[in-house]
Amino acid sequence: MDNRDKTDWRFKVANREALIGCGLALLNFAWWFGFAYGMGSRPVEEYSYILGMPDWFFYSCVIGFILITALVAFVVKVFFKDVPFEEEEELQ
Amino acid sequence: MNWEVIIPLLVFLVIIFFIGVWSSRKGAQVSDENFLKDYFLGGRELGGFVLAMTMVATYGSASSFLGGPGTAYTMGFGWVLLAMSQVVTGYFVLMVLGKKFAIMARRYDALTLVDFLKARYNSAPVVILSAGAIIIFLFSAMAAQWIGGARLVESLTGLSYHTALLIFAVSVLVYVTIGGFRAVAVTDAVQGAVMVVGTLVLLTGVIIAGGGVTNIINDLVSENPNLVTPFGADGNLGKAYVSSFWILVGVGVVGLPQIAVRSMSYKNSTSMHRALIIGTVVTGVIMLNMHLIGIFARPILPGIDVGDKVIPLISMEVLPAWLAGIVLAAPMAAIMSTVDSLLILVSSTVVKDVYLNYIKPDASIKTIKRASFGVTAVLGIIVYILALDPPDLLIFLNLFAFGGLEAAFIWPIVLGLYWKYANKYGAIASMIVGIGSYIAIHFYNQANGNLFGVHTVTLPVLLSFVAFIIFSLIMKQEAYDYERIRKGEIA
Repeated sequence: MDNRDKTDWRFKVANREALIGCGLALLNFAWWFGFAYGMGSRPVEEYSYILGMPDWFFYSCVIGFILITALVAFVVKVFFKDVPFEEEEELQ
Repeated sequence: MNWEVIIPLLVFLVIIFFIGVWSSRKGAQVSDENFLKDYFLGGRELGGFVLAMTMVATYGSASSFLGGPGTAYTMGFGWVLLAMSQVVTGYFVLMVLGKKFAIMARRYDALTLVDFLKARYNSAPVVILSAGAIIIFLFSAMAAQWIGGARLVESLTGLSYHTALLIFAVSVLVYVTIGGFRAVAVTDAVQGAVMVVGTLVLLTGVIIAGGGVTNIINDLVSENPNLVTPFGADGNLGKAYVSSFWILVGVGVVGLPQIAVRSMSYKNSTSMHRALIIGTVVTGVIMLNMHLIGIFARPILPGIDVGDKVIPLISMEVLPAWLAGIVLAAPMAAIMSTVDSLLILVSSTVVKDVYLNYIKPDASIKTIKRASFGVTAVLGIIVYILALDPPDLLIFLNLFAFGGLEAAFIWPIVLGLYWKYANKYGAIASMIVGIGSYIAIHFYNQANGNLFGVHTVTLPVLLSFVAFIIFSLIMKQEAYDYERIRKGEIA
């Protein structure tokens, strides 16, 4: 958001990671909503069951949770950078 | 009295107590000038695991451990769906506040959320409004949790409410007062681990007692097919309403002071990265297990009419007594970990934000130490006395604690961090509009049903955003320079 040269490089990292967080949350919501109300709105007689659970719930909440956990782990390992938090001139 | 259940609970309390003592020993080693940072923020040295667990444990309160499963019992899978909106908190809060908050908090030398707002906005009304909101709302929230804790002890042990309250109060007060934030965070980690293991054991027990998942679901469908739909037992759980919980218990949690303060307490970015992953897994596992237990309990123990009793009753039904005792330490742990976090937060607000800012800025280290221990203990005792016979006002204020604080704080924190045109006028307007509209819409919804079919919190969060932007731009358009402020240069 601020492109002047004196902008702390760590803030660019921080801004990017905050945006990634928002992106993940949107994706998480879309998946959760899509399966829950897309599949769950059918009449109950048409539900199928996976591991005993209604299919909409299994995809929306169980697979959705596993997927988002994997994505968080992936994003953190690949895109998140280690930065120092203390000011450089006064490292202890 | 049921000793087989009581003994594991007592063992749990003793362990927690010793952690408090250990933490205070560790705190005694820090030098005097670092006392406040150590007592209220654990010296900013939390590692990834403790950070993740203290976030989850602080957040997962009595409502997720007793009320939530109880509602799932009545409403069916629709409520489990709703509860799963909380998984987002596991990563969203730390990613969004993230490194910028950690860096700015150090740059400002901020120990509390109010410190951060004070340094960012440099305005007395912001400090007074935010400290006031924290003290009033979180104090009430704490008292409500406290009452829940005592009721749980009462129902498990057969002790009277007053005795149960005393046991609960003494155990929390001792370790919070002597151990400070570090004791809170470390006990939270233990309590979080107890919650994960406890819910896994109980879920397994419930599935075995119900004759397998397929069997349980068949029973549910034959009782009322709506129980396995996303729309609730009566079919009146709307899409918009359930989705709006993504704000209340999902992304809006960024605005909760007890959560935000944890985002400035960790040691380095490696801790944060680890906490992101652990926090997401742990939140998801606890929420999924806990609420599935609630709904699966229905065919096994039909006809429970008080939701909060579902978890205690089903534990005693499907598990051997000693194991039930261990599992029931989980909701106990959830309540204690929420109460302890709120207690230390309210205490830090009183000592750091009110006393040191306005009453006695030049207090000596000795006075500050005495004030910190003293205020923590006194606050605990006041809550104890109020909980003996809770006044109506307390119950009333608690209704606003969660959503009201989110509406008040989310934008002053988030926009203060990322928007350079954010200023004090925006922050003040945002807090007033947030809390004001929350209270107004609460009453409207009570009288007329939910406005636009969404939870009360939704509109105030939007309105406070609009107010923030408008007042920031109208009153004074001046870019804030995040670089200018160096450590120790705060006005």
